Amino acid sequence: MYDVIVIGAGVCGCAIARELSRYRLRTAVLERASDVCEGTSKANSGVAHAGFDAEPGSLKARLNVEGSRMMEALSKELDFPYKRNGSLVLCFAEKDIPALQRLYDRGQRNGVEGLRILNREQLKKTEPNISDSAVAALYAPTGGIVCPFGLTIALAENAAVNGVEFMLETKVEEIQRMEGGYRLLTDRGSFETKTVVNAAGVYADRFHNMVSEEKIHIIPRKGEYCLMDKKAGGLVSHTIFQLPTAYGKGVLVTPTVHGNLLAGPTAADVEDPEALNTTGEGLADVLRRAALSVEGLPVRQVITSFAGLRAHEEGNDFILGQPKDAPGFFDAAGIESPGLTCAPALGRYLAEMLIGYLPAGKKENFVTERKGIPNMAMASAEEKKRLIASDPLYANVVCRCELVTEGEILNAIRRPLGAVTLDGVKRRTRAGMGRCQAGFCSPRVVEILARELGKDPGQIRKNEAGSEFLTGHDKDGIREAKER
Amino acid sequence: MKKDLVIIGGGPAGLAAAAAAREAGVEDLVVLERDQRLGGILNQCIHNGFGLHTFKEELTGPEYAGRYIEKAAALGISCRLNTMVVDLAAEGSVKKVTVMNREEGLYEIRARAVILAMGCRERPRGALNIPGYRPAGIYTAGTAQRYVNMEGRMPGREVVVLGSGDIGLIMARRMTLEGAKVKLVAELMPYSGGLKRNIVQCLDDFGIPLKLSHTVVDIKGKERVESVTVAQVDEDSKPIPGTEEEVACDTLLLSCGLIPENELSESLGTAMNPATGGPLVDESLETDREGVFACGNVLHVHDLVDYVSEEAASAGRNAAAYLQGRLAEKGREIPIRAENGVRYTVPASIDIGRMGETQTVRFRVSGMFRDAAVEVACGGQVLKHIDRRVLAPGEMEQIILKKSELEKTAQAGDPKEISVCVRT
Amino acid sequence: MADKKEFVCIRCPLGCGITVETSDGEIKSITGNTCPRGADYVTGELTDPRRTVTSLVRVRGGEMPVVSVKTAADIPKDKIFDCIRELKGIELSPPVHMGDVILEDVCGTGVNVVATADVR
Repeated sequence: MYDVIVIGAGVCGCAIARELSRYRLRTAVLERASDVCEGTSKANSGVAHAGFDAEPGSLKARLNVEGSRMMEALSKELDFPYKRNGSLVLCFAEKDIPALQRLYDRGQRNGVEGLRILNREQLKKTEPNISDSAVAALYAPTGGIVCPFGLTIALAENAAVNGVEFMLETKVEEIQRMEGGYRLLTDRGSFETKTVVNAAGVYADRFHNMVSEEKIHIIPRKGEYCLMDKKAGGLVSHTIFQLPTAYGKGVLVTPTVHGNLLAGPTAADVEDPEALNTTGEGLADVLRRAALSVEGLPVRQVITSFAGLRAHEEGNDFILGQPKDAPGFFDAAGIESPGLTCAPALGRYLAEMLIGYLPAGKKENFVTERKGIPNMAMASAEEKKRLIASDPLYANVVCRCELVTEGEILNAIRRPLGAVTLDGVKRRTRAGMGRCQAGFCSPRVVEILARELGKDPGQIRKNEAGSEFLTGHDKDGIREAKER
Repeated sequence: MKKDLVIIGGGPAGLAAAAAAREAGVEDLVVLERDQRLGGILNQCIHNGFGLHTFKEELTGPEYAGRYIEKAAALGISCRLNTMVVDLAAEGSVKKVTVMNREEGLYEIRARAVILAMGCRERPRGALNIPGYRPAGIYTAGTAQRYVNMEGRMPGREVVVLGSGDIGLIMARRMTLEGAKVKLVAELMPYSGGLKRNIVQCLDDFGIPLKLSHTVVDIKGKERVESVTVAQVDEDSKPIPGTEEEVACDTLLLSCGLIPENELSESLGTAMNPATGGPLVDESLETDREGVFACGNVLHVHDLVDYVSEEAASAGRNAAAYLQGRLAEKGREIPIRAENGVRYTVPASIDIGRMGETQTVRFRVSGMFRDAAVEVACGGQVLKHIDRRVLAPGEMEQIILKKSELEKTAQAGDPKEISVCVRT
Repeated sequence: MADKKEFVCIRCPLGCGITVETSDGEIKSITGNTCPRGADYVTGELTDPRRTVTSLVRVRGGEMPVVSVKTAADIPKDKIFDCIRELKGIELSPPVHMGDVILEDVCGTGVNVVATADVR
C-alpha cells in the first residue's frame, strides 16, 4: 500500500511529488501519458509571473508571489532555465491609466516588489521596440521566464532520484474508497493508497467528483500560441502584457529562455479536454493582437504554433486540499495561470498539508540538487571542450538548428525518467525545436532512440501509443511477383 | 589550424567548388561536411533526371553525386565528414571557422578564403501556419524522402501532399511506387511550382489529382493524422468558405518551398538578399565580406543541379583567383536591378573590371508570363531583348552578358545600374 | 474506332496542350502543338510510352538497409508496377557497387535493373 499516490505528472504533480520525496513516505505518481509534462504544463507561456494579476487574498495571489520568489534559487538547485527578465503591462489609452493604477495597487497588496508605472518615454527607453501606441506601462522587475519542460522534468527527476515511483502510461479509471484510504483502478492494475493527490489538470474534476459530493467543474480553456525564430528573439527583452480592456484580455509577447519569441495565448472555452488543435482564426488573432504591442512583429518568422488547455474552474481560484467529505484526498485542481509560477510554492503548500494528515519524518539522505543535461549550444568554448573530452559524442551534432549533439540526446535517454519518445527527446534537449522543426534531425533521433531502447525504428513514437513515426517498409503495399 | 580555402558543405555545390579551386591551383583546401557521407541531399534523390546538361546523360542523384565524389578523390581533396561548423567570424581578412567533430573535438580553422555551400532546408508546417492538431504523420517531403530512399521505411500509407514543388511531386511518385496511396496534391498557387515533366510523370502517370489554388486548412487526428481538410483559395490565397473537403489520410507531406541555410553567413554579418534568402554576391560570387564566396542553394534555390555545379565551379575558380592575387581589387560595382516581373538576380552587381568575357546572370520571375520578353538595359540602352513564349516562377532563367557590350555602354557614360525586367 | 486523347507536352516548359485523334489505332490528327517536338512526343506516348523506373532493393548486413536501383533504360510504362513487384523480395549482400546488375531482363523487357549507389 502506498502512502501517497499523485495522479498526474504535470508541473504541479511533479512539484508535489518532489516535496513529498523529502519525507519517509512511499509515494507514486500515476500518469496516463508516456512522459511527464504532457498536458497543460507543456503548452503555456513559460512565464514566471510577478504576481500582480490575481485577486488579493486568493490562493493564486499568495502562491504566485511565493513561487516567483522561490524560482531563482530552485532553478539553480535543479538546473533548469529561468531568467528574471521583468515584465511590462502596456496601457494603450490615457483613459485606461486608472485601470493600470488599480493593477499596480493590486500588485502592492499581493506583495509584489519593485512595481513602477512607466510613462511613454521611460517605456520606450526600457523597451525600444514597444508599440508607439502604448501610453504607459506597469513595470514588474520580478517577472521572469522559465522553461516549462525544464522545470517539470527537473522536479520529476529529482523526485524519482529521491524514491518516488513514476508509473507512466497508467491511466486512472476509477477511484474507490476503502478502509484506510483509496483504491485506484487503472488500465494497468489497481493500486491501494492511504492518500491521493489529484493533480490531473483538465481531468481533475472527474477524479474529485468520484469521491466527493461537493462537485467541481473544470472548463478546458484553449490558448493558442505562435513561436517565432530565434532571429526574432531579441525584439523585446521583457515579457509584454496588454492591459485587459473591454476588447478582451490581450495577448503577451515574450522572449523565451531559449531566445525565441512567443506570442499568445487566445482564450476560448472548449468542451473536449483533448482539443489541442490550433485554428485559423485563433492563430490570426494571436498575431494580430501581438502586433499591437510591438513594432515590427516578424510574423513571417513563425516556426511553429501550438495550443494548450488551461484547467479553469468556475470558482476562479485554485482548489487545494481535502473536500470535507473525502479525507485523505487532496485536490490540486483548477490550476490555470499562474500555475506554472505557483508550482514550487503549491508543491510545498500541499505537501505540508498532507503531512499534517499523514505525519511522516524527513529523510536524512534527501538529494537536494539535480544536474540537468549539458547544453552544447549555450556552453562556452571551454565547457564545450571539457564535455567533448568527457565524451566525443558531445561533438556529434544531430540537430543542426539548435546544435544538439548525440551526447546530449543519449544523456536525455539514459537519465532517470529518461526520454522514450521523440517529443521526450525534444523537450529535454531541444532537438527538433529549431527553425527546421525536426526535418533534418528526426530520422537521426528515431535511429538513436531505437538503438538505445532496443526497439525497431518502426516502434518509435512521437508521443503516445498510435503516434509511431513510420508505418512499415517500402513495398509493404505491393504484392510480390511470386504471389500472383 | 590554417587553410587557404575552407569550403563549408560537401554537397554538389561544395564538391564542384572544391574541384574547380583545386584545378585552378589551390593546394591547401578542405571541405567540411556535417553528414556522414559526401553528396548532400543528392544521396536521397534516387530518381533520375540529373546531369543532362553536365554529362549529357540522365543520372540519378547518387550517381550524379558519385561523379563529383570520385573527382574530388582523384584530385586528392581533403574532406572532413561528420563535421559541423558552429561559428564563422572574421578577424581582419582572416576568416575564423569554428568546427566540431568526434575525432578532433572543437577547434578553429583560420582560412584566407571561404566558400559557403551549405544548401537549404524545407519550410516546415509551422512556417505555413497550418491550423489543426499536431499528430505524427506530418513530414516535409524531404524528410519522407530520406526515410523511404535511405532507410527503406514508409512514413505513411495514405498520403496528401501540400505544395507542388519538385520534391513533393517526386515523392508522390516514390510513395506510390513503394506501395502507398497518394490521394492528391494541393497547390496554393494557380500554377505548379514544379517542372512540367514532373507533373506528367509523377502525377498524371499514376492518376494523382493536382488541385491548383487549394490549400490545407485543417489537420485532424490526435496521435496520428486521420484526415486533412483542403479548401480552394481566392486570388489573395485566402480559403474560400464552403469549398472545404475532408480527405481521409494518415500522412501529410509538405513541399512548400526551400529556404537557404544562411545562419553561418549571418553570423559573419554578410549582407543578405531578402528575395533569395541568400547572401548578396557580385559577379565573382563574392559576398560583401572579402574572400567569402557563395554558391548553390545557399545562395539561391536552384531547380537543376547542373546549374549548381556550374555556379559552384565558378565560385571555386574565383576563390582560387582571389587566393592567388589574380582577382582584381573591387572597383566600380554596377548594381543589377530586378524589376517588373523579375524577383531577383544572381549576381546582384557587376564590376566590369572583374568580370570574365561573359557573365551568366540567373534569375526567377514572379508570376506566369506568356509571349513575353526578358530585357536587359544599361545606361539607357537595351542590351538584350529575348522573346520567351513562357516564363514560370518554377523555372530558373538565365541570360549571358558580354563584357564587350557592357564596356561599350560604360564608355558612353557612367551607368548607374543594369536592369533586368520582363516585357509583356 | 475513332478516339480522342489529350496530352501535355513535356519536351519544354511551354507545356502545350495537344489533342490527338485516332482511328483504329492510327493517328489521324495532332493539334495544339506549337513545334514538331510536340508531335514527336505524343506519337511516342501513344504508340510506345516508356519510363525509367527507380526504386530500392534490400541489403542485408550492409551499412545501409537498402540500395537505390534503376532500370538501365526506359521500360514500357505499363510494366512499371510489374518491375517494382519483381524487385520486392530480392535481398542483396554487401558490397553492392554503383552499376552492379541487380536483376536481368526485368519483366521480359530486355532491360536490366542496376544499382545506383554503393553499399559497403
